[in-house]
Amino acid sequence: MPEALLSVRDLKVHFPIGKGLLAGAKGAVKAVDGVSFDLQPGETLGIVGESGCGKSTLGRAILRLTKPTAGTVVWLGQDFFGLDKAGLRKARRELQIIFQDPLASLDPRMTVGEIIARPLKTFHPELKKAEVEARVREAMAQVGLAPEMMRRYPHEFSGGQCQRIGIARAMILRPKLIVCDEPVSALDVSIQAQIINLLRKLQRELGLSLLFISHNLSVVRHISHRVMVLYLGKIMEIAERDAFYANPMHPYSRALISAIPLPDPKAERARERVMLQGDLPSPLNPPAGCRFCTRCPMATDLCHSSEPALAPRADGRLVACHFV
Amino acid sequence: MPSTRTSAETAARQAAAPILSARELCVDFKLEQGWVRAVDGVSFDVRRGEVLGIVGESGSGKSQILMAAMGLTAANGRCSGSVTFEGEEVLNATPDRLDRIRGSSMSMIFQDPMTSLNPYMRVVDQLTEVLVAHQGKSRAEAVNIAVEMLERVRIPDARRRISLYPHEFSGGMRQRVMIAMALLCRPALLFADEPTTALDVTVQAQILDLLNGLVHELNAAVVIVTHDLGVIARLCDRVIVLYGGRIMEEAAIGDLFTTPHHPYTQGLLAATPRLDDDTAHDLRTIPGTPRALAGQISGCPFAPRCERRMERCTVETPTLRRTTNGKRAAACHLVTA
Repeated sequence: MPEALLSVRDLKVHFPIGKGLLAGAKGAVKAVDGVSFDLQPGETLGIVGESGCGKSTLGRAILRLTKPTAGTVVWLGQDFFGLDKAGLRKARRELQIIFQDPLASLDPRMTVGEIIARPLKTFHPELKKAEVEARVREAMAQVGLAPEMMRRYPHEFSGGQCQRIGIARAMILRPKLIVCDEPVSALDVSIQAQIINLLRKLQRELGLSLLFISHNLSVVRHISHRVMVLYLGKIMEIAERDAFYANPMHPYSRALISAIPLPDPKAERARERVMLQGDLPSPLNPPAGCRFCTRCPMATDLCHSSEPALAPRADGRLVACHFV
Repeated sequence: MPSTRTSAETAARQAAAPILSARELCVDFKLEQGWVRAVDGVSFDVRRGEVLGIVGESGSGKSQILMAAMGLTAANGRCSGSVTFEGEEVLNATPDRLDRIRGSSMSMIFQDPMTSLNPYMRVVDQLTEVLVAHQGKSRAEAVNIAVEMLERVRIPDARRRISLYPHEFSGGMRQRVMIAMALLCRPALLFADEPTTALDVTVQAQILDLLNGLVHELNAAVVIVTHDLGVIARLCDRVIVLYGGRIMEEAAIGDLFTTPHHPYTQGLLAATPRLDDDTAHDLRTIPGTPRALAGQISGCPFAPRCERRMERCTVETPTLRRTTNGKRAAACHLVTA
């Protein structure tokens, strides 16, 4: 096994609540509650789950955009959470992020050229103007934007083009890892396909690693090498892509996949569904034992009292379930 | 449950008079740059017991069709053409007339239950209002009917929960409340605008299942607007594909997915990632971006993005032509008979 690009160990992000006028915290929302995984160079890991499962918080905590409560992140062999300000600044060059809402994540008063050049000017103030412009042009070409558009403003672009601008801004520092937080969720189907293909191309040609956060399992299937399923801040299953989709093992993974409406009327109406009861429980007060036990069709007394460990299975995947 | 009907039922439905008919419906909005057309000459019929899907990308005008039929077009908009409900014109109808139809025979499920329920009113008051106002029920009778309806949409402990405020429900439960509200008067015609888009996928599956059961039970006519071909595949009998405010194609559900005629429908289907397609290759894409609202253009609205565009397509707007058996229609110069 080559050295991991990124190693996350027992990462926790808890948000204290109730710290108002009257006395101490009443509790904490355990958004991410003990997540561990490795990411290899050139690998895309899809992180899926429903709202409130902690997938976005996980992405932000890895970049130290949200303060982690506990755990470690090792980035290229160094303790990322232990880095001082100067060290963090240096490391951040190689870790970038793209966001869900493409227009909201671009400053409306800056031209597209300025937006894309910003990280470069921040990290390489020594570069001459012509050099910066050349790099901006290169980044724009890379993401399929005509470099002539660099003097225009974000509002002149469509959602898909704005997402390309966001990707160009992330690419200009030639990062090793990009955290993609629901990058295609706000886009129309025909544009979504363009952006997925673009990320696949960049990933393949430049050997980038991606953490691809999405609630859409069909999209994740098209871009990921491995898939991680989160539920209420914990990993339920983490597996190779093809093995995962062919045979999801955790009851929650099975329910997620079976809930997707297929764009195929015959198959859609004929299929047997794993229908889950109820809604996601409050992350403030997660169920005891296995977090999924309140909605799990297989749950027994054991699941309500004892939390299953995330344990390896025959094909190498990890599953947290007593009955798999 | 899959919706399977016998061919006799289908034939009977075809013969029945449509409950809703739109003819050459146009919706324009006055913006800074002048009037722009969002819906451009849309015609369709819906019959009782039929679920019609309208699918399109953002800016295709799909929601505005429903808003026009419900008399909810924004103040800067104007509608022309005709929309009849049970033979009576409802487009630009007076508020009194609309109030009567909307409360008793026609209702709508909106996308976002948090912003379409009144946060200051208990659910019980929002649900009973319509029964007291339109059906002259007493408050006690109305509460009983409302509780029954909440139980039908599978809200547990409905008799207690009906006194809660919307924020005390989860997203999925709020959407159930919306559905219950829309069905209270047993409408003959139900509109649903992206009814599950704001929900998580496991909750969406529950709601789609529920909707599917209820619409068949009520024998209502249903028009569902969505961008999600999966939702269409699950619920609809017939589908209209909209682009740039115009109908590109109309077909029965099976025909549309197995033999799409219009290049836009073909592109949309190919660009949708599936759980069973090949991941070794890139997804098929439609070049360019969806048409922004930009007044009327000559030619086919999809022509700028169409890979099979001919010179004629940019000049002459193709009309929606029916196939000889009348079962499907496409607006494309390439599609003949």
